[in-house]
Amino acid sequence: MSLWSRITNTFRGSRVDREIDEELGSHLAEGIREGRDPAEVRQAFGSALQIREASRDLRLIAWLESLRADVIFGWRQLMKRKVTSTAAILSLALAIGACTSAFRLIDALLLRPLPVADPGSLYVLLRNGIGFADGKPRTSDSYEYPLFRQMRAAVHGQAELIAAGYSDRVDLTYSTDLEVEQARRQNVSGWMFPSLGLRPALGRLLTANDDLTPGAHPVAVISYDYWRRRFAQDPNVIGRRLRLGNDLHQLFEIVGVASERFTGTEPGTVTDLFLPAMMNSMVENPGSAWLRIFVRLHPDAAPEPVRQRLAAVFRAWNEDRANGFTGGSKQFISRFLDQKLLLEPAAAGASGMQRDYRLALVALSVLVALVLLIASVNVANLMTAQAAARAREMALRLSIGAGRWRLVQLVLVESAWLAFLASAIGACFAWWAAPFVVGLVSSRDNPVHLILPADWRVMAFGVALALAVTFLFGLGPALRASAIQPASALKGGADPHARRRLMHALIAAQVAFCFVVQFVAGLFVTTFEKLANQPAGFSAERLLILDAISPRPALPVLWDQVADHLRSLPGVETVAMAGFPLLSGSSSNGFIAINGGPAEQGLVHFLNVSPGWLDAMKIVLTDGRDLRATDTYSGAAIVNATFAQRYFGGDHPVGKWFERLDPEGKRIRLQVVGLIPDARYQDLREPITPTIYVPFQSRTRTSFIIRTSSQNPLALGSILRPEVRRARPEFRVTNIRTQLEINQAQTVRERLLAMLAFFFSAVALLLAGIGLYGVLDYGVLQRQREIGIRVAIGAQAADIARRVTTQVFSMVAVGAAAGLALGMLSVRYIEALLYQVKATDAPVLATPALGIIAAALLAAAPAVARAVRIDPVAMLRAD
Amino acid sequence: MPKPDSLQGSLDLLVLKILSRRPGLHGYAIMSAIKDWSGDVLRADEGSLYPALHRIEEAGWLRAEWLAKDEGRRLRVYRLTPAGKKQLSDEESRWQIVTTAVNRVLRTV
Repeated sequence: MSLWSRITNTFRGSRVDREIDEELGSHLAEGIREGRDPAEVRQAFGSALQIREASRDLRLIAWLESLRADVIFGWRQLMKRKVTSTAAILSLALAIGACTSAFRLIDALLLRPLPVADPGSLYVLLRNGIGFADGKPRTSDSYEYPLFRQMRAAVHGQAELIAAGYSDRVDLTYSTDLEVEQARRQNVSGWMFPSLGLRPALGRLLTANDDLTPGAHPVAVISYDYWRRRFAQDPNVIGRRLRLGNDLHQLFEIVGVASERFTGTEPGTVTDLFLPAMMNSMVENPGSAWLRIFVRLHPDAAPEPVRQRLAAVFRAWNEDRANGFTGGSKQFISRFLDQKLLLEPAAAGASGMQRDYRLALVALSVLVALVLLIASVNVANLMTAQAAARAREMALRLSIGAGRWRLVQLVLVESAWLAFLASAIGACFAWWAAPFVVGLVSSRDNPVHLILPADWRVMAFGVALALAVTFLFGLGPALRASAIQPASALKGGADPHARRRLMHALIAAQVAFCFVVQFVAGLFVTTFEKLANQPAGFSAERLLILDAISPRPALPVLWDQVADHLRSLPGVETVAMAGFPLLSGSSSNGFIAINGGPAEQGLVHFLNVSPGWLDAMKIVLTDGRDLRATDTYSGAAIVNATFAQRYFGGDHPVGKWFERLDPEGKRIRLQVVGLIPDARYQDLREPITPTIYVPFQSRTRTSFIIRTSSQNPLALGSILRPEVRRARPEFRVTNIRTQLEINQAQTVRERLLAMLAFFFSAVALLLAGIGLYGVLDYGVLQRQREIGIRVAIGAQAADIARRVTTQVFSMVAVGAAAGLALGMLSVRYIEALLYQVKATDAPVLATPALGIIAAALLAAAPAVARAVRIDPVAMLRAD
Repeated sequence: MPKPDSLQGSLDLLVLKILSRRPGLHGYAIMSAIKDWSGDVLRADEGSLYPALHRIEEAGWLRAEWLAKDEGRRLRVYRLTPAGKKQLSDEESRWQIVTTAVNRVLRTV
């Protein structure tokens, strides 16, 4: 109560003053009324001012009052220089907003614990090995269910193992009219929900009893998000039935809705349907790795013994499987057995997006942190210059008794104003920017759902950042301003160079940071250009991809009927078919043997294609012929140039034959009928692998590759969708995309990095330029008298210009050299993000150097102009 | 050597005691009461009375209010709060203990 009255009194200090004055006045009046002599009363009373001050300090909080006064004073200081304040606040706001956005993304993807009980005891199993195709170290997290079962039994009592399938898109129908829609499905262990301590929002969740027998538990739990999107939170959703697209016999019943915050175990993806692991068709297949393994340690168990037990099971399993390899080479088998099992903390879940974007996000956040430092240096220099202008005011304050801390507070409060306003604007920027970045990464075909709440974690980061920034650019100038010697300052100036020396050091730092940002941005932009201009080996233009399924394996002739029908439609130029589109991420691989010999080293890729596929993809035969309708699998094959080079030594391969070794050890004889140039198969970065194109067999799934006559193939897609069903009523289209979209998805991360890094390098250069301009201009302003005298005794303009800029330019050189060194050091950490570009490439080094030189020259021009135009007469008379 | 009229830390006690007998006095009246009731021996320093009053008020032992007088003049008058009453009895008993002890020392030495 008393504290509260003191706080409220603090904010109405003048009223408190008036009341005290009134009470003291009434005392004097009472004394005079009693007949005492007025002079005597006043003398007996003593100094009313002193009494008022003593009383006042009792009735309000002195430090709060002085703070309040400083806050008001600081605001007035800002308003006095609206333009510089606005520039400072906006540049800081951009940098703070970018840092906050980066934090939001990193937090949402990598740090934020899953909303489950005790996320700290959750681990994910990783396996480190050597890649089969390229021989590089590779980490994987996929396992087979039978292996999972053995592992789970081995650590029973010490840890619970949870199988979580990769979240993938499935086709499904709710009604009987076969209207196909898509949802994200995740097959998980039934005991995942109780083990993670999750509760249903509606109905019930899966339990261990829903996950006992393969194919016997047709139940589904839907996510809250899906419930809201698809069913508008209809409580009658419980009991609805759905049919999974590919398998007409799997009729699932929805039994419950998961809690709102649990969106699956993969940050970046929101799962729609949770199905029991037992309902995955691959659950008994020892050759199909389709799940991640989460390990939940029991409270008293240590990770290492558990890992060792799991590793023993893993090794035995691999040895067992290696015995069955008839196709693989020795090197392949030894690499297979040398895989190492790791237990990785997974409080934040595990997802492919984490793997793809971890380094990219960290690199970006370092860039934006550097931009924040650059902006802070500008503000620090601004504050230093202003403190210099206010040296006399500070000296006056000191000499009438202000403490040193009081002056520090005065300047810091002003910095806090800047930081606070910048943070507020930056928060708005981050509000928009973080989802914007997610939007850049997300594509129609591969949507990214990153939950980005603005909660206490983000708030705490924002406040901490604002405080850090305040001290970063405010403390130096504040301490410097408060260390002033009143006598010398009032006389008209102590050492004016000291202040400039601090500014120059800051300029060097700023240029160094700017150089690093430019340099790294250059690397990212070059990487993107190299990747985007990477010849794919086929033409993606005007190509529409229609993915279609059939309920049971259908012979090629049935698929041909559909293709024929599509060909007859307007707007369609050519129609061909493939097992999947090139570069879509799908792949099929195996081993081959030449001339009946043993298995060749290294994997080869396969793709089923129809006759006319080469034509549709605009791939021109180098030799031989295209596949024909009469060709069948285990007969004819087309190979790429890499294949011909590696296995036939570059000789004309047409007419030669080889054998494919299938997993059961059978040898399938294939004769080369055609040779084509290399085309990108799965990835733009990896070296091209030997690839074999073979005719189709009967199948349930096909991608129609349609070259359209329209520049916007997607528009045609919706027209073609019903036509597929018209041609064959049991076939259904599950997905429509363009080859261009698929190609662009290959470079999403690189484009993001290039775009954002380029943007921030431009901002960094602009800010550094402004900073240079400010310091040069300030230097000229400070040396006006000196320059005036020099001009008066006949100095030339060139001489003046050199004097004004030499020091600052040498700082720029020092900064650039430091930046170069820093940049070279940093390349090591981002190597995985780069493609065909080295830190020592001339353009990568020249661009930042030229950018900084240009910025420095541009920034120096106004200051030099001002210096040479100083009129000595006016200058010397004024002082 | 302090003057004989020095209050020596007993100002709070006197103010509380006076206001417990005569609630609603203003500062000047309290000062006069200290002088009159002590038989002109004790004098509160006129200036330092007010910071003391404000301090006691902030401690929550006194409650102040403005009393309108003629010609728009206002007087700030003080009353004891319940906490002030308790404080008074505490201080009175402490005063007794101290004076008894001091007297005992004076007698024995």
